[in-house]
Amino acid sequence: MTKRFSPGQLILLAITGVLAVIWLAPIAWAVATSLKPEADTTRLPLTWFGSEVTLDAYGLVLGTGGIVKWAINSTVTAVIVTFLTVLFSAMAAYGFARTRFQGQRVLFVAILAGIMVPPQVLIAPLFAEMVTLGMVDTWWGIILPQVAAPVIVYILYKFFQGVPPELEQAAFVDGAGRWRVFFMIVLPLSRPVLAAVAIFTFITTWNNFLWPFLVSTDPNTMTLPVGLANVVQGTFGVRYAQIMASVVLAGLPLLIIFVFFQRQIIRGVAHTGLAGE
Amino acid sequence: MTTTVAAPATTAPVAKAKAARPWTQHGMLFIAPFLVVYVAFLVWPLLLGLQMSLSSVNIAGSNDGFVGFANYAEAFGDPRMWRSLWNTVLFTVLSTVPLVILGLVFALLVHNLRFMRWLWRLSFFAPFLLPSAVVAVLWRQMIYQPGFGLLNGTLGTDSLWLGDPNMAMWSVVMTTVWWTVGFNFLLYLAALQSIPEQLYEAASIDGASAWDKLRSITLPMLRRTTGLVVVLQLLASLKVFDQIYLMTGGGPEDSTRPIIEYAYDIGFTGYRVGYASAVSYILFILIVAVSLVQLRLLRKREESLR
Repeated sequence: MTKRFSPGQLILLAITGVLAVIWLAPIAWAVATSLKPEADTTRLPLTWFGSEVTLDAYGLVLGTGGIVKWAINSTVTAVIVTFLTVLFSAMAAYGFARTRFQGQRVLFVAILAGIMVPPQVLIAPLFAEMVTLGMVDTWWGIILPQVAAPVIVYILYKFFQGVPPELEQAAFVDGAGRWRVFFMIVLPLSRPVLAAVAIFTFITTWNNFLWPFLVSTDPNTMTLPVGLANVVQGTFGVRYAQIMASVVLAGLPLLIIFVFFQRQIIRGVAHTGLAGE
Repeated sequence: MTTTVAAPATTAPVAKAKAARPWTQHGMLFIAPFLVVYVAFLVWPLLLGLQMSLSSVNIAGSNDGFVGFANYAEAFGDPRMWRSLWNTVLFTVLSTVPLVILGLVFALLVHNLRFMRWLWRLSFFAPFLLPSAVVAVLWRQMIYQPGFGLLNGTLGTDSLWLGDPNMAMWSVVMTTVWWTVGFNFLLYLAALQSIPEQLYEAASIDGASAWDKLRSITLPMLRRTTGLVVVLQLLASLKVFDQIYLMTGGGPEDSTRPIIEYAYDIGFTGYRVGYASAVSYILFILIVAVSLVQLRLLRKREESLR
């Protein structure tokens, strides 16, 4: 075993430490700026601390109300997208892994092919469709297009394929119905992979910009990233402490969640990123 | 039990039970909810977009004339389309190289450190968790700001960064590397953890140095992961829009405008939805080509795991 304080370890530590400081500096700078009195934010030469540490900028940003409303919109839409995506994808994946019917193979390939379709190239027709459906500026307009994620079906299909079917078949023999087996046995047993997929979906939905930006033009239905990009810069102009306070408030929720669920999030991202490896 | 899975590794399920068995029934009911959403919000817009790209249609859906491939012909003769396509490809190349290399370097560092791993993981991964709007506003307003931004203030330079046509693309790339390298870092970290410890122990017994082990064990074992990371990164970079749109709006002098932004500009501010769809589909074809490479890599990986 290598000793903990070997010279090699100290060199590695020094390099990693420097890189970590560089990587955290922009976030630290946003926090530092948000805590300065407004007059100190543009002062040269740069200092990390203003003449005093103040939460004034946060008070003003929260007082204008927009950011709270957007946070609620983001949370509600991301939770619904995550719930529907996991539920629908798990059902579909289970259907492909365990049941047999005519045309199944063709349908499966047709859904997998959808993995190659980037939502970004569909913005014009999807928006036209939303106009027809009257879903512009609604939560459902933000939510529904994000639920169609074939890659999640693929990941869960691979998972269900690897689970031995004996347990479920025993439940069938005992007289449990198809749906009862799925909801009472299969889903609880799949909790780790469902959690990984759910976390990944939640993060991508919470952070998604392009689609919510296109489909919400009314500040009342905007999500946090859209409100930040569209409204905050216009409202607060050159008041940098307030802009940075908005930035910190918008970035904070996922960072806090990450600190508490680091292990699960890392597993979720690594797992889902490699399509279920 | 094990004898029933002699079927080869195909992507589609292999029928192995007669429909008489109760646990193979009701398949369509399980698939229906996903299928409805999938058809309504992916397949339908895909077909609608194709139809639009062959017609001259505006945002309200009126003026529905079929124009054949005129939109595509116009796109191939449009210097702004070529410029934005070139910007997208340039961004993809410039960002993929550092994103893959730094992701690997960070993972090697953290994997070999014995202290405070959670802190290093947090440091390198944290930016990935920020929404693009947060990243763009932060960098544009407080880091690239020529007057009192963090970069000029710390480095003592006098650069315009996003405002300089020669530097804007590099600046966008730098922000993107900072923002998203954490993802590749995590993929590499997971791959490093899956290399069997015995390989290193055996090499140590043979007197191999740390450098030897890196060169002849670690890097070869990561080859397949690198293939996947590169393809995933290419796909992600080709779809770039958010940070460029929010930091430079495509400028200065069109030096950063990616093709998705060009399609957005034509379709949503110029109201030429048909032409915008054609431009989008040009990118789509490029992405499908890269995706097919990804599928091949995934299949290879699957075969080697069996």
